Amino acid sequence: MLITCPYCGPRDVIEFTYQGDGNRERPDPASQNFEAWNAYVYDRLNPAGDHNELWQHSGGCRAHLRVVRNTLTHEISSVAFARGNHAPAARRKSEDKP
Amino acid sequence: MVERLSPLEPEFHVGSHGNFEHGVEILLTETRPGSIVQLAAWPGEEKKLIAAIRAVTGLALPDGAGGGLSEGVKAVFGFAPGKFTVSDEAEGLAHAFAKAVTPAIGTVTDLSHGRTAIRIAGPKAEWVLAKFFAIDFALPAFPVGAGRSTVHHDVFAQIQRTGTDQFDIYVFRSFARSFWKALCHASEEVGYEVQ
Repeated sequence: MLITCPYCGPRDVIEFTYQGDGNRERPDPASQNFEAWNAYVYDRLNPAGDHNELWQHSGGCRAHLRVVRNTLTHEISSVAFARGNHAPAARRKSEDKP
Repeated sequence: MVERLSPLEPEFHVGSHGNFEHGVEILLTETRPGSIVQLAAWPGEEKKLIAAIRAVTGLALPDGAGGGLSEGVKAVFGFAPGKFTVSDEAEGLAHAFAKAVTPAIGTVTDLSHGRTAIRIAGPKAEWVLAKFFAIDFALPAFPVGAGRSTVHHDVFAQIQRTGTDQFDIYVFRSFARSFWKALCHASEEVGYEVQ
């Protein structure tokens, strides 16, 4: 499986670390809404299809990434920096592309 | 300054090795830069950091991810968003950057004693490195001056192409000797020379 890092370009999956479900929303740390905390810790969509995920390019630029991966085919339909709220992924120069 | 000892020393054997009857196709050296510095810009401060790099080293970073350049004595390349590695044959680069890179722009980390720089050159350099790293070493994909960060068996490596058939690899000092041995073994079949 290849993941196209917005900074480094296409790299093998061994360079990346899975950081969990990207759909979770962390409640305010001061929140005492136990249902929201329960949902954050335990509830997962577990879809058979496109899934929002967080990955880190731990063996490369170490950036945290938002990845949409199909759980049936492993096809990756989008990769973006996690920082900056879904910032567009295209940061590489065209001449750097293989 | 304290005299710096090479971690490669027990395995650093000057001369030709391996299958060199038909010529030496790989040249291995340790570049031993006096300074290796890592710079990181806070989000939005990247341009100021690039200007500081230019002011201190005189090197103007090209645009784009992984861009860099090397002029023999000094080298710079991007290895992550807003982060750069700079090396210099002379010592004291971290001190110079500490003045130019203010706390509002970013951070300066002196890695002069923490990294070992190994140079691999020769017509088979791309071919030998391709055995180690799962990245594209072809010239159009990895232009001269550009930098890449990747791993070899979980050991982090930063690679800068400093010539059409020459690469400088920065590895952790503590892993440098084992990496060096592996590099020598991988170069054996094409014949290599240590200088």
